[in-house]
Amino acid sequence: MSMNRRDFLKTTAAVAAASAAGIAIPEEAKAAAEESQKDWQWDKAVCRFCGTGCGIMLATKDNKVVAVKGDPYSPVNRGINCIKGYFNAKIMYGADRLTQPLLRLNEKGEFDKNAPFRPVSWKRAFDEMERQFKKYYNELGPTGVAIFGSGQYTIQEGYAAVKLIKAGWRSNNIDPNARHCMASAVVGFYQTFGIDEPAGCYDDIELTDTVITWGANMAEMHPILWSRVSDAKLNNPDKYFVVNLSTYRNRCSNLADMEIIFRPNTDLAILNYIAREIIHRNAVNWDFVKKHTIFATGHADIGYGLRDPKKAKELGYSEKEMQTIQKQAVKTVTEEEAVALSAIGKWKAGDEMVMKHAKGKAPFWHWEISFEDFKKAVEPYTLDYVAKVAKGDKNESLESFKKKLQKLADLYCDPNRKVVSFWTMGFNQHVRGSWVNEQIYMVHLLLGKQAEPGNGAFSLTGQPSACGTAREVGTFAHRLPADMLVANPKHRKIAEKLWKIPEGTLNPKVGSHFLKIMRDLEEGKIKWVWVHVNNPWQNTANANHWLKTARTMDNFIVVNECYPGVSARVADLILPVAMIYEKWGAYGNAERRTQHWRQQVVPPGEAMPDIWTIAEFSKRFKLKEVWKEHKLPDGTVLPNVLDKAKEMGYSPEDTLFDVLFNREEYRKNFPWPDPIAKNPQTGKMHPNTEAEGDFRNVVGSDGKVFKGYGFFIQKALWEEYRKFGLGHAHDLADFDTYHKVRGLRWPVVNGKETKWRFNVNYDPYARKHAKPGEKFAFYGPLLKTIKRGDLKGPIASKGKINLANKAKIFFRPFMVHPEDPKYDNNGYNFWLCTGRVLEHWHSGTMTMRVPELYRAMPEALCYMNPEDAKELGLNRFDLVVIESRRGKVKARVETRGRNKPPRGLVFVPWFDEKILINKVTLDATCPLSKETDYKKAAVKIYKA
Amino acid sequence: MDRRNFLTSAIQATATAVVAGSVVGAFVEENKNKPLTLRPPGALKEEEFLKTCIRCGLCVEACKNRENKFVEDGKEIQTLFLAAPGDNAPIGTPYFIARTGPCFMCDNMPCVYACPTGALTPEMCKNEKGEVSIDYAKMGVAVIDPSSCIAFWGLQCTACYRACPEMDKAITIEWKKNERTGKHAYRIPVVHEEACTGCGMCEHACVTEKPAIKVFPRDVFLGKAGDRYVKGWDKKDEERIKNASTNTKTITPRSKKSAIQNLNEGVNWDD
Amino acid sequence: MIKNKYLILRRITQITILFLYFSATYFGWKILVGNLSFSKLFNTIPLADPYAVLQMIFAGAVISSNLIIGALIIIAFYGIIGGRAYCSWVCPVNMITDLAAWVRRKTHHEKDNLISAIKIRKFRYFFLVVLLILSAIVGTAAFEFISPIGLFTRAIAFSVGFAWVWLLAIFLFDAFILRNGWCGHICPVGAMYSVIGSKSIIRVYHDKEKCTNCGSCLEICPENQVLSPIIHKKSSFINGIECTNCGRCIEVCNDNALKFSLRYIIKQKGEENEKINAN
Repeated sequence: MSMNRRDFLKTTAAVAAASAAGIAIPEEAKAAAEESQKDWQWDKAVCRFCGTGCGIMLATKDNKVVAVKGDPYSPVNRGINCIKGYFNAKIMYGADRLTQPLLRLNEKGEFDKNAPFRPVSWKRAFDEMERQFKKYYNELGPTGVAIFGSGQYTIQEGYAAVKLIKAGWRSNNIDPNARHCMASAVVGFYQTFGIDEPAGCYDDIELTDTVITWGANMAEMHPILWSRVSDAKLNNPDKYFVVNLSTYRNRCSNLADMEIIFRPNTDLAILNYIAREIIHRNAVNWDFVKKHTIFATGHADIGYGLRDPKKAKELGYSEKEMQTIQKQAVKTVTEEEAVALSAIGKWKAGDEMVMKHAKGKAPFWHWEISFEDFKKAVEPYTLDYVAKVAKGDKNESLESFKKKLQKLADLYCDPNRKVVSFWTMGFNQHVRGSWVNEQIYMVHLLLGKQAEPGNGAFSLTGQPSACGTAREVGTFAHRLPADMLVANPKHRKIAEKLWKIPEGTLNPKVGSHFLKIMRDLEEGKIKWVWVHVNNPWQNTANANHWLKTARTMDNFIVVNECYPGVSARVADLILPVAMIYEKWGAYGNAERRTQHWRQQVVPPGEAMPDIWTIAEFSKRFKLKEVWKEHKLPDGTVLPNVLDKAKEMGYSPEDTLFDVLFNREEYRKNFPWPDPIAKNPQTGKMHPNTEAEGDFRNVVGSDGKVFKGYGFFIQKALWEEYRKFGLGHAHDLADFDTYHKVRGLRWPVVNGKETKWRFNVNYDPYARKHAKPGEKFAFYGPLLKTIKRGDLKGPIASKGKINLANKAKIFFRPFMVHPEDPKYDNNGYNFWLCTGRVLEHWHSGTMTMRVPELYRAMPEALCYMNPEDAKELGLNRFDLVVIESRRGKVKARVETRGRNKPPRGLVFVPWFDEKILINKVTLDATCPLSKETDYKKAAVKIYKA
Repeated sequence: MDRRNFLTSAIQATATAVVAGSVVGAFVEENKNKPLTLRPPGALKEEEFLKTCIRCGLCVEACKNRENKFVEDGKEIQTLFLAAPGDNAPIGTPYFIARTGPCFMCDNMPCVYACPTGALTPEMCKNEKGEVSIDYAKMGVAVIDPSSCIAFWGLQCTACYRACPEMDKAITIEWKKNERTGKHAYRIPVVHEEACTGCGMCEHACVTEKPAIKVFPRDVFLGKAGDRYVKGWDKKDEERIKNASTNTKTITPRSKKSAIQNLNEGVNWDD
Repeated sequence: MIKNKYLILRRITQITILFLYFSATYFGWKILVGNLSFSKLFNTIPLADPYAVLQMIFAGAVISSNLIIGALIIIAFYGIIGGRAYCSWVCPVNMITDLAAWVRRKTHHEKDNLISAIKIRKFRYFFLVVLLILSAIVGTAAFEFISPIGLFTRAIAFSVGFAWVWLLAIFLFDAFILRNGWCGHICPVGAMYSVIGSKSIIRVYHDKEKCTNCGSCLEICPENQVLSPIIHKKSSFINGIECTNCGRCIEVCNDNALKFSLRYIIKQKGEENEKINAN
C-alpha cells in the first residue's frame, strides 16, 4: 500500500482524534495508519557533532534516515538540540557523496601521482594501497607509515586502528585530530592528577553558582550546555554569576555578568594574579592543600613547539618564516617577561633565553617545590602588573580592567561560592596550553574547589568522542588504551597480553604526533599515510607546506572520506566510507558519558564502514612481514617476535586479520545475528554491514561479493577494549547495557556510573584509595614520583618524592607569544585567531552540504573591530588579504558580526575550505602537548 | 474639415484617450499596490516613493557594482532588483527579497547616494540627533513565527540573532525556563522594531525550510498605539505623542446627534 | 555612399546605448548608467526623460535638481537636433516597430489596418494629457508602468521578467493591427518629443526640382503625413513635428531629392516661402 506524506498525516491524525473521542475507527483507516507508521522505524543514537553528546532519535524508512528528534530521555539534552543536531538527518545525503574508491590513474590504468582520480574496484584500491604501503614500509620501517586518526572515530574504529598500527605494523605513528583539540587538556590532567578526563560532570552547571569561561565560546560551541548555564542563571539571577574571559567578545558575553577581554597569552598572568590574591587574602584551603596536594614547577625555556630552526633552514623555509622559527632556539626576554620570570632568578630583561629544555621530554620535567617558593613565584603578579600586561581592549580603561580582575579574584576566593571554570580551545590551543590547564587546577586546588559537586575546573571537549575514543582508546602516538603509555614497559606488557600478541611486539618509542607526521612527510621520514574521519590538510596550521608536500613529494596518501574535501583532493587514493548512522558505533562525551548506537541504514554506493577498511587491509599482511626484526632510525631494534608467536600458536603465514580481528573467541562469543540488534519498536533487525554484508552485495577487497565476517565484530572489539579499563578507573559497562540506557559516565562500577571523580562520596576508586576520614583521593597513577627542587630546577640532593593520591599545584610563568604583534617590527600588526562557528562542524565537509546551514553561514568572514576597519579604509564585506609570514588568504571583512574583536585582533573561522585560513596560521605548539596554537598568529591585513 | 467633424473627432479622440487612460489607470492602481515590497534603505514612505522614483535603476547598479559585493562560492548575492513585470513589485521600482538577497547594510550606502530623485535619501536614515547612518535605515521589520521558529521548541538555534548586523539591539536573546526539560533555557530571539533596519539578514540565515523569521515593510506589520495614552514606566514614551493634535473631539454612533436632540428623544417605558 | 547609412548608424546608436546600460550594470562601466527614464553620463551629467519628469510633477513629487537639470539638457538637445530623433536614433522600441513595418511590407498588407489610422491620428496627444491627469490621480508616474521603452531598457540593463509579453504585443499590434500603430499613434513619449522638437534645427530638406514623384519615400516613411504635403509639391524643409529624422526617405530616394539640412541656418536653393504652414 502506498501513501504519500499528506495522506499519512491525515490518517494518523484521524485515528488519533477518533480514539480520543472514543469513536470506533473504521478498520480500513486503522489499518492504513498502522501500515504507514510501520515503515518508520525509530531508534536512539547520538548527535554527530561536538563534545556535548546530545541524545537523538532517528527515524528510518526505505534505508534512509528520514527524520531526527532530540531524545527526550537523554539526560544531557532532554529532547532538544542545536542547529547542527537539528540537521543530523541531512548530513549523509549531500549530492556529491563519495560512493566508490577513487585512485589517481593514468591512461594505462597505472597509479600515477599526477593523474586524475578515476573510480576503481575495492580490490584494485587495496592492491595499490598494499603495494605502496609495502614499498615504503620496507624502505623506512614502521616509522615510515602513519595514520591520522580522529576524535570522531567511533570507539571501536579507534580501537581497531590502534590495534592494526601498534600491534600489527608495530608503529606508533597514529595521532588523532584530538591532538589539535584536547592534547593540552590531557597533559594538564596527567601532570596534575595522573589520569585523564574531567573530574566533574554537567550536573555541575546546575550545582554551582559561578561559571567562568576561559576561552570557551560555549554559546556557539556547546549550545546545549550553554542553555543549561542560562537556565541556572534564570533560577538564581542574583547569585549565579557568569564571567566570560576571552580575547574577543563572543556570544557568551550577552549572558555573562562580566566580560574580560584579555591580550592573547596573558591568561597565564591572570591566573597567577588570582593565585597571588588567594594567598594574600588568606583564602588558601590549607586543609585541602596539605592533605591532597603538593607544589611543583618545571622549566620555562621550553621553546614553542616550532620546527628545529636548523632543520627548517635545510628545508628551505623562507626568511620571513625563520623570523619566528628561530625563537624555538633562542629568544630575547622582554621587560614584561622579566617581571613574570623574576622569581626564577635566571633571566633579566634583554637577556637571551636559550631554549635549553625544548627537546625530547625536557618540557615535561617537573619537580616539587615548597609553598614558600610558590608564593615567591607568584608574588610579581600584582594587580598593577597583570592589568597592564593583560588588558586586551585598548578602549577599556586600566581602572575598569583592574576592577574586573579584582572581581574575578573575589569570585574565586569567596568561601560561599562554588565555582566551575570551563574552557575549550582558548586554553588548549595555546603555546603554553598544558601550563594554562595546570594553572586553572592550581587555582581550584588552592581553594579546595575541585572534584566536588558544583566545584571544579572542567575541560570541555570539542569533538564527539575526543574523550571516548581519542583519549580513552588512546589513538595517540604515545598512548595505549586506558591511559597507558607505549613508553612504559609494564603498560606494553598489559596491552600485549590483552591483545594476545607476543611480548616485545609493541614499539616502545613514542610515534610522531599530528603535526610531526606532517613535518615527517615533508622531511621524507614518513611516506605512507592513511587518514580516518578527519581532514588534516584543512585542519593543520601552516597548511601550504603540507599541501605542497602531499602533492609534490614521493609519498602515498590514502583518505577515508565521505565527501570531497581538501584532504581528499590532495590524496592519491580515496576510500568511500560509511557515515555515522551507517555503522554501529559508540562515542564518549566531555562528561565521560559513553553512548552507543546501532547501524540504522546501509551506506550508499560502495561506501563501507571504516572498520571494514581497516580489517580488510589487515588481510594483506602476513605476520612474517611485520613481526620480523625492525631497526628504527634512532637505533632502537624491534625484536623478531615470530618465534614467540609460534609458541602462541600463530603461523608466520597467518594474516594480521586472523590475529587482530578474526579471532576464534570473537567468532565464538559474539555471533551474529545478536538479539541486541532487534529494534525495540519494530522488532526488525538492524543491519550490520561488517558482520553480514548487506543487500548491495558490494564486491570486496578480494574481488568477491562481501558477505560479512559472520560475527559481531563491533561488539567483540568493544568487549575486548573494555578489559583494558576494568579495575583501573576506566571501567565501562558491557555492550548490551549501553543499548538499553541513555549513556553512562565512566568509571562504571557494578553498573553504577561515576559523577565526580576523586571524591569519596561518588567515586568508588576514591573510596578505595583515600585514607580514612579523607574526602578526596587524586589517585591517578601517572607521573606520581617526581624530583624535588626549587624554582631554578630540581636539586639532586633532595631526592625524589612519591605523591600517591595527591594532585600537583603548578607554578607556571607568563611568557609572551612568539609572534606577539606588540613586538613585531615587520608590519604583522594584527593578532589572528581562528575557531569555529555554531552553524558548521570543523572543516565543513558535512555541514556545508546541508543547504540550510550553508545558507546561514555561506563563507568564512574576517571579523574585525570597526575602528580598525576605518583606519584601514575598509568597508564591511570588502575583500581583504590576511597575510602572515607563512601564507595568505582572502576573506571579507565583517565589523558587525557575532564576534567582536578588540582593536588589533581579527577572527577568521576555519570551516570554509575556500578560505583556508590554516595557510596563514602558525604551527607553534605547546611544547608539552604538541597541540597547535590556532588562536595566535601575527598577520597584516590589506585590501585585496 | 468642417467644424462639426472636427468637434466629433476631437470628442472621439478624447473619449478614446480617456478609455485607454482608465485601463492604464486600473493597471497602475493594481500594480502599484504591492504592500509587501521591500525597498532599499532610505526610501521615502511608499506613497511618496512611488511619486518620486523615476525607475532609472541607478540604485540597483550601485548595489550590484559596489566594491564589497557579496559573492557566495562564485555566485553573487544580488540584493536590489528593478522590478520587471511579474516580479510582484511595482514595475520598474527597486526592491529586494530578503530570503535570497538581503541588504548587507553597506556603511557608505551606495544605493542611497546614487538616487538622483530623492526617492532614496539619507534623510530617511537619520536618528533623533540627525546623524545619518545605515543603522537608522527602516527598510522593514523582522517578524518571527513562533510556531515554526525552532527556538520556540527549545532548540538552540539563534541563527537569526548571530546574522543580525544590529545584534543585541534589533534582535536580542530572551531566556526562558524550559519547564519540560527542567534544566535548559529557551533562548528565544526577540525583535525590537525600533532598532531593526529590516535588512533581512535574519531571514536569509533562518535554517527552517520556509523562514520562520521574515521581514515585512514596517507599515504592513507595525500597529500604532493611540496618542492619548503614555507608558507611565517609560520616560521616552512621551516622545511618541509629541506632535499629538489638540483636536480631542471624539464621535461614535452614540454621540452623533447633538446632546439636546438626544435628550429630546425622551424615554420610552412602554415595552 | 553606403546604402542605408542612416539606418545602420541608427541601429549602432540604439544598440550602443543599450549596451552601455547593460555594461553599467553587468560590468560596472560608468559611461552611461541607468536607463531611458534617467541616466548619468560619465557618472556626472544627468539626463532625464522630460515626459517622466512631467508625470512626476503631476503626481505631486518634489522634483530634485538632478531631474530639472537632466530634463533641461534633454530638452535643449532635442530642441536643437529634432525632438523625434529620440524615437528613431535612441528608443529601442523603434527596432521592434521597424521590424513590424518590415513584416508588414513583406506580407503586403500595408494598408490593411483594423483601426482607422486617420481617426486616431491625434490620439497620442490626448493620451499624453490623459496620462498626466492620471498620474495626478494615482499619485505616481502612470505611463512608466506600461512604457515599453522602460520595459525594454530595464529588460536589457536589469531583468527581463514578463517584459517580453508587452513587447511582443506591440510588435503584433504594429505588424497586423495598425501600421506604425504604437510609435505613430499611441506613444506619448513620442508625442512629447514632437512638441519638444517642433522648432528644431536639423531637418530633412526636399528639393522639388530633383523629385520624380516615385513615391518610395512616402512608402517607407513611418509618419508619412509629414511628407505628403511637400513631396513633389514644393521645395521645403519637412517641417512636420512628427518627423523622426530617421533618414529613411533620404536613403530610398534615388533622385537625391532629400537630404539633411539645418533649418533657419542654411538657406536652401529654391526654398519656398517658409511661412506656409506645415500643418
